[in-house]
Amino acid sequence: MTMTTTRAATIQRYGARLGTTGIVYCALVGVLVVGAILVSTAGRNFFSQGNIRDILTGMSVLGFVAIGEALVILCGSLDLSVPYVVSMSSLIAAEVMAGEPGNIGLAVLLALVFGAGVGLANGLIVTKLRVHGLIATLGVGLIIKGYLATQYKGTAGKVPWDFRLIGATGIGPVPISTLIMVATAVLVALFLRNTRTGNHMFAVGGNLAVSRLSGLRTSQPIVVAHVLCSTTAALAGLLLASRLGVGSPTVGSQGGYDLLAIAAVVLGGTLLVGGRGSIWGTLGGVAIFAVMDNVMSVIQLSPFLKDVVRGIVIVAAVAIYTGRAVEQRRARFATRKAGS
Amino acid sequence: MTSQVPILSAQGLSKRFFGVTVLDDVSLDLYPGSVHGLVGENGAGKSTLMKIMAGVYESDSGQVLLDGRAVRYTHPVQAMRDGVATVFQEFNLLPERSVAQNVFLGREPRRAGFVDNREMGRATAALLAELGIDFIDPASRVGTLCVAEQQIVEITKALSFDARVISMDEPTAALAGNEVELLYGIVRRLQKRNVAILYVSHRLEEVFDLCDTITVLKDGALVSTGPASELDTDELVRRMVGRSISTFYPARVAGTETGDIRLAVAGGGNAYVADVDLELRSGEIVGLAGLQGSGRTELAEALFGAVPLTAGTIAVDGAALSMNSPRRAVRAGIALVTEDRKAQGLALNQSVLDNALLVIRGVFPARTDEVRRKVPGVLSSLEVSSRGTGQEVQYLSGGNQQKLVLAKWLATEPRIVIFDEPTRGIDVGAKIAVYQLMRELALAGVAILMISSELPEVIGMSDRILVMHDGRITAELPAGSSEETVMLAATGHSPVTPTGDVPVEVARG
Repeated sequence: MTMTTTRAATIQRYGARLGTTGIVYCALVGVLVVGAILVSTAGRNFFSQGNIRDILTGMSVLGFVAIGEALVILCGSLDLSVPYVVSMSSLIAAEVMAGEPGNIGLAVLLALVFGAGVGLANGLIVTKLRVHGLIATLGVGLIIKGYLATQYKGTAGKVPWDFRLIGATGIGPVPISTLIMVATAVLVALFLRNTRTGNHMFAVGGNLAVSRLSGLRTSQPIVVAHVLCSTTAALAGLLLASRLGVGSPTVGSQGGYDLLAIAAVVLGGTLLVGGRGSIWGTLGGVAIFAVMDNVMSVIQLSPFLKDVVRGIVIVAAVAIYTGRAVEQRRARFATRKAGS
Repeated sequence: MTSQVPILSAQGLSKRFFGVTVLDDVSLDLYPGSVHGLVGENGAGKSTLMKIMAGVYESDSGQVLLDGRAVRYTHPVQAMRDGVATVFQEFNLLPERSVAQNVFLGREPRRAGFVDNREMGRATAALLAELGIDFIDPASRVGTLCVAEQQIVEITKALSFDARVISMDEPTAALAGNEVELLYGIVRRLQKRNVAILYVSHRLEEVFDLCDTITVLKDGALVSTGPASELDTDELVRRMVGRSISTFYPARVAGTETGDIRLAVAGGGNAYVADVDLELRSGEIVGLAGLQGSGRTELAEALFGAVPLTAGTIAVDGAALSMNSPRRAVRAGIALVTEDRKAQGLALNQSVLDNALLVIRGVFPARTDEVRRKVPGVLSSLEVSSRGTGQEVQYLSGGNQQKLVLAKWLATEPRIVIFDEPTRGIDVGAKIAVYQLMRELALAGVAILMISSELPEVIGMSDRILVMHDGRITAELPAGSSEETVMLAATGHSPVTPTGDVPVEVARG
C-alpha cells in the first residue's frame, strides 16, 4: 500500500512539475504552428525577417509592462496606473530631450525617477494605508490621467535621432528594444531567485500571515515590487517615445497596457492572488499575445474578432490553470470511484 | 530528572478572552531531553498555553522563564530566535515554495548580498539528515509533499533555529498509521539531542508511548502533572473529563416517538470519511462525538452534498438520492447548521429578513412571499432580539446570530437537521433555547444529527451517540454513556461495547 501511494504521489509530482511555465511554452508552440499555417494560407511567409521583427517589436513594450506587473501580482497586489505612467514618461523624455542628443541621459533619468516615484507612492498606499492595490493604483492612475488631460492637448517634445535609433535598429531580425526587454527580464528573474526581497515577494503573496509569523518585514517586498513595476512602465514609455519621436499623453491608455499586461501575466501562469508565478511564464504570455496579434493582422481579421479571440484565450487559459489547482483540504482517504 | 534544571518554565499563567477564563494559573516545566505530554479535552486550554509559550498570545498574568530568566515574547519570531519553536496544527508553510525556501524563510543564507540557493539546499539537507530523513528533496515544492512530509518540514524549520524547546500541537492528527512511526523516530532523535519537547495530543496511546511526564488540563486549570509511569489510560481519561453532567439539558418532550428511518447511508465514503453506515430516524436526536479533525464536519458536509460522497448510497425516506449539491439536499428536506455561522451561516452585512429568507429565495423562490409573512413570528418564537428585521446581522450577538441561522433553516420546514457545534461561542441562555428547539423538532418528527465537541452536551442531548475517529464511525453508544466511554472511543480505543448495544447492521443496497 505504501508503495502504491508513493508511486501515485510521484506521478502527481511530475504532473505538477511539468508546471504552468511548461504549459505556457507548449501553448506558444501551438500558437506559432497554427499561426504559421494561417499566415501561409494568406500567401505570406510567417518566418520572414520582417514578420519576426514585427512580432518581437510587438513584444517589447508589453513585455516591459508585464515584467513589472508580474512582480506586483506575485506580491498579491495589482497595478492599474501603468498606462498613465507609460504616457507620462514618454512626455517627460521627449520634452526634456527637446531634440538635443546631449539631454538624453538626463531625460531617461528623469523619466525613470518619475516612474520609481509613482511606484513608491503606490507601494506606500498599499502597505501603510492598507488600500488594496486595485484601488490604490486606480486612484494614482486617475491623478496622472487628469494631469495629462489638462496639461497636454496632443503630442509634445521631440526625440533626437540618436535616441530614435533604439526603437528603429536591430541585430538581424531582433530589435534592440527586444534585447533590452529580455535583458531586463533576466535581471528581474535573477532578482526573484537570488535576493531575499525577491524570495519574500513569493512569500507575502502566498500567505501574508505565514510571512509575518516567520518574521518578515511584509511591507518591503510589496513596496519594492510597486517601484519596479512603475519603473519598467517608464521604460516602456521611453521605448514608445523613441519609436514615435514625440511624447504622447494617450499612448499608454490607447495601448491598454494595464489590462493587457495583467492578462499576459495570468496567461503566463502567475496566480492572480499572488504567491506563484514566474517571469519566464509572463514572457511566454506576452509572446502568445504578440504572435496572435501579428497573425490576426496579417490575415486581416476584423478588429472585433481580434478581441473575441483574445478574450477566449485568456478565459480558457485561466480555466485550465484553475482546473489544476491544488486541493485546499488534505484528503484522508484515496478517493476511488463508487463501487470499488 | 529532578536534579535537572528546566529549560523553559511556565509559572502561574492565566489568560482571558472577552471575559472568559481560558487558562487559569497553570504552571509547567520542560526539561532537556524530556518529552512532556499535555492532554485535555477540546477547550481545556492546551493550545492557549502553547501559544503563550510561543509568543502568539501574551498572558494576562504569570511568567515564562527561559533558563531561569523571565522572557516576554510579543512575536513568535522572538521565541524562535531564543530557541523556543512551535509546530502548529495548521502548518505555517508556503505550498508554492520549495522545502529549503520554507525552512529558511526570512533567514535565507547569503553570499555577497545574494541568496545562496546552493548553501540553503545543503543546510536543509543537513538538517533533514539529522532527523534521519533522506526521502525529502530540499528543492521539491512543499505543496507536492504529503501531510507527514510537510510536518517534517515544519520540524526542520524549528530545528533550523537551533531549537532547544519544540512544542508540537496534535502532530499526528492528520497522519496515517505508518507515518506516525516516522514521527516517533523524529521525536526520539530530538530527545537524544537534549531538546525539550512539549507534546500535545488527543491520542492517549501516543502520549504513553512517547512522554515521560504528563500534564492534564481541564477547563483551563491544571489537574495534575506527574510521571507517565504512574498513570494508565483509564486514570488519565478520568482526570481529563471527570465532572458531573449538569442538569441544564431539557428532557425529552413527552410524546416524542422514534419513528421511521429518515436518512440512511450505506458504505459512504469520500476523501475525508470512509465506510459510513448511518441511519437517522424521525424524532431521534443522534449525537456525533469525536475529536477535532476526526471527520465529523466532513461527514456533515457529505450528507448535505457540499462535499459529496464518492462511494456508497444515501436514501432519504427510503428513496435513494444522489446527494451531489446542497441544493439537492435542501430540496430533500435536509438542513445543515454549520459550525462557523459567520463564514458559512449568514450574510453578515445583510438584514435579518434577508438572512431569514436566504435559503427560501435560493431554493424555493415561489414560497418567498408566504415565508416572508411568517418570519416575524418565527423570530419572536426563537426570541431573536434585534432592532427590527431590517438590522444588519453583523451587529447581533453570537446567540442571536445562531438563532437566526436556525430560523433560516426552519423556514424550509426541514425533516432532517444536522447541527454542527450548535452552541459554540454562545451564551447559556441561547444554548438552552437551542436545546429546547432541538427537543421540539424531535417532537415534530424531525431527525436530528448533532455534532459537538462538548461531551456533556452530547451525553445530555442524545438518544444515541456515534463516535468518529480517523474518518470512520468507530462506535455507537447508547444514551447516557459516560464521558469516559465516549472519550476512549474518540481517542481511538476499541469501544467498550455495553451490553445490548451492538453496532447497527445496515443492509447493503
